[in-house]
Amino acid sequence: MTQTRAYLDHAATTPALPEVADAVVEELARLGNPSSLHRSGRDARRRVEEYRERVAAAVGARPSDVVFTAGGTEADNLAVKGLFWARRDADARRTRVLASAVEHHAVLDAVVWLGQSQGAEVEWLPVDHRGRVHPEAVEAAITRDPASVALVSVMWANNEVGTMMPVGEIAAICRRHEIPFHSDAVQVLGQRPLHFAAAGPDVVALSGHKCGGPMGVGALLVGPDVDLVPVLHGGGQERDVRSGTVDVAAIAGFALAAERAAAEQPERAVRVANLRDDLVRGVLGVVPDAHLNGDPDPRGRLPGNAHIAFPGCDADALLMLLDAAGVECSTGSACSSGVPEPSHVMLAMGAAEGSTTSLRFSLGHCSTRADVDMLLEALPSAVERARAAGRLSMR
Amino acid sequence: MRVLAAMSGGVDSAVAAARMVDAGHEVTGVHLALSRTLSASPGRSRGCCTREDARDARRVADRLGIPFYVWDLADRFSADVVDDFVTEYAAGRTPNPCLRCNERIKFAAVLDRAVALGFDAVCTGHYARLEPRPDGPPWLLRAVDRDKDQSYVLAVLTAHQLSRALFPLGGAVKRDVREEARNRGLAVADKRDSHDVCFIADGDTAGFLHRALGPAPGPIVDADTGSEVGTHDGAFAFTVGQRRGLRIAHPAADGRARYVVAVSPSTRTVTVGPRERLATSSLTTCAPRWCAPPPAPGARVLAQYRSRGDAVPVTLTHHAAAARVEFAEPQHGVAPGQTVAFYRADRVLGSATIDRVHPGEEA
Repeated sequence: MTQTRAYLDHAATTPALPEVADAVVEELARLGNPSSLHRSGRDARRRVEEYRERVAAAVGARPSDVVFTAGGTEADNLAVKGLFWARRDADARRTRVLASAVEHHAVLDAVVWLGQSQGAEVEWLPVDHRGRVHPEAVEAAITRDPASVALVSVMWANNEVGTMMPVGEIAAICRRHEIPFHSDAVQVLGQRPLHFAAAGPDVVALSGHKCGGPMGVGALLVGPDVDLVPVLHGGGQERDVRSGTVDVAAIAGFALAAERAAAEQPERAVRVANLRDDLVRGVLGVVPDAHLNGDPDPRGRLPGNAHIAFPGCDADALLMLLDAAGVECSTGSACSSGVPEPSHVMLAMGAAEGSTTSLRFSLGHCSTRADVDMLLEALPSAVERARAAGRLSMR
Repeated sequence: MRVLAAMSGGVDSAVAAARMVDAGHEVTGVHLALSRTLSASPGRSRGCCTREDARDARRVADRLGIPFYVWDLADRFSADVVDDFVTEYAAGRTPNPCLRCNERIKFAAVLDRAVALGFDAVCTGHYARLEPRPDGPPWLLRAVDRDKDQSYVLAVLTAHQLSRALFPLGGAVKRDVREEARNRGLAVADKRDSHDVCFIADGDTAGFLHRALGPAPGPIVDADTGSEVGTHDGAFAFTVGQRRGLRIAHPAADGRARYVVAVSPSTRTVTVGPRERLATSSLTTCAPRWCAPPPAPGARVLAQYRSRGDAVPVTLTHHAAAARVEFAEPQHGVAPGQTVAFYRADRVLGSATIDRVHPGEEA
């Protein structure tokens, strides 16, 4: 059978395993609010704690580190705002927020908001042309006035261009200065080894649906000595820093997906990286002036990520043409109405032209050679038309 | 054909797209984001720039089962339509932004991009007809529904643009279009029509111009006596033929209503006078644009000089750089900057921007 669609957008969301869907449905049929004191409540609580232990085990954390949230964005918001408020409350001099210029909007916009309305002094940590923050830049920014730093936030791996960050080195610098370090690891689970205790950040954000679990669930891993001020107030269900009845069914799916992602990560990474290399080679073969953005060294990027610039092309037009040909990929972010925006990641990397001419192809656990072949077949004519569109100015 | 349907989120463009799908075309829906500030005002639907409109367009596309995208033309729209609107008013002329949008955005930037991407035509919900011709581009004709006819705001299009345009509603009447939308289960069936300038959300054109151009107070002068009868905050906010909002303290000597008869931003002067002062016997234009074979010089044709108005008989002489229009009967409220569209019966011949108007005697 010839397939009709090629899904090359696993970094946006990756299909849930059938077992994950089963686990969600099974849990959905069970009774009990984990906060209730009677037997049904205790049973629900017991299951939540079991799921918590499984998520913790999958990511090298202690069960008590795991704070379930309604997704990666909430986890990032809790990390950034919660750390800022707690640190400033403890010492009013701590107003500086150091964050990489290529953070996901969940961190980026939270940091901007802290600057605009909470009195934070925001400093964007620069990246090199591969999209990487240098530990020396973090050290230099802190050293200017260590006592004034509230937190440092640098993502584990970039969601657009796939560049891995030197998280361990940055964690060591922050630890030396006793400054809390948050890292958004939403793209990492299942793609790269992820061990919370060993890697060193104090706070790490995870998402369920990026590793094969359900949407609307995630977690913030919070080390034992980290103080956070809550963003959501209420019953304090999650370690008193996150309120709201937890979504037990979604957590059941998340636990299974995280377990599988962690267990299969070494094998998945090799297979997916090979396929990604085929994709990049193939694309450069049919579009000779295209080039890979981010880190050319496969060790420095997510195995499933291929972020490619097509000079002269209008990336939005290219996405639309590929979509019409059955190939699904991404240009970066869009506003809620669907208006595409130039990539802030590419701009921070000093690649302004690439910010409107690049596409992200991202592979995942169920990607196949047939997906790559579909792309390579559709690409040449799509590029030709997107170039014609690129010659017309819409902006 | 591969058809790009421009979908504003209103009922007309929704039904137009639906009809193209029914006709067997391969249709892709596109909503044009024309404004940077996508602010929704619940319960009200003004213009074509709100988040609510984008959502309505998307839901129609869902219903029709067609792909849907949002194209960001805010910068182009700002430069080609909004800035032009402000510049024209600042120069004492009266622009029509919808016409400018058709000319420069919908059937230029959007159409060019669509063609580059492999589409054969752009479809909109305008009320106008296109009659195919075997030997050339189609004729542009007035819509069957005379109350909704939009051939005037399309008269700026060239033959080339018309040959790539589709107006599926030209033969329909509005009531039936709403009924059809209802029968198709489109949620926009009862959505209010938009009449105002889409980038002036509150409908206050004078306020918008004051914000854009700043205060420029000056006198209001009586055309008959030459005396100052009032003051204004900016001549650019006035339009020839305007009667309301003059705030003149003293009534005219003859007790009759006074109208704006001339606007001169350079001297910051607004001149008012009785209705007969508005009488125009002829006008001259900038370079005319023809979407049909140009009429012979001295031809008697029909001319329409505002979107809601009748076409009146004129004698037309023209060359490449200008045209002269002589009205059979003097007209009132003709303003420089407006577009005059030429018709022969229902057929659009072309259009031109009015450069100067010449006074005539009251009939």
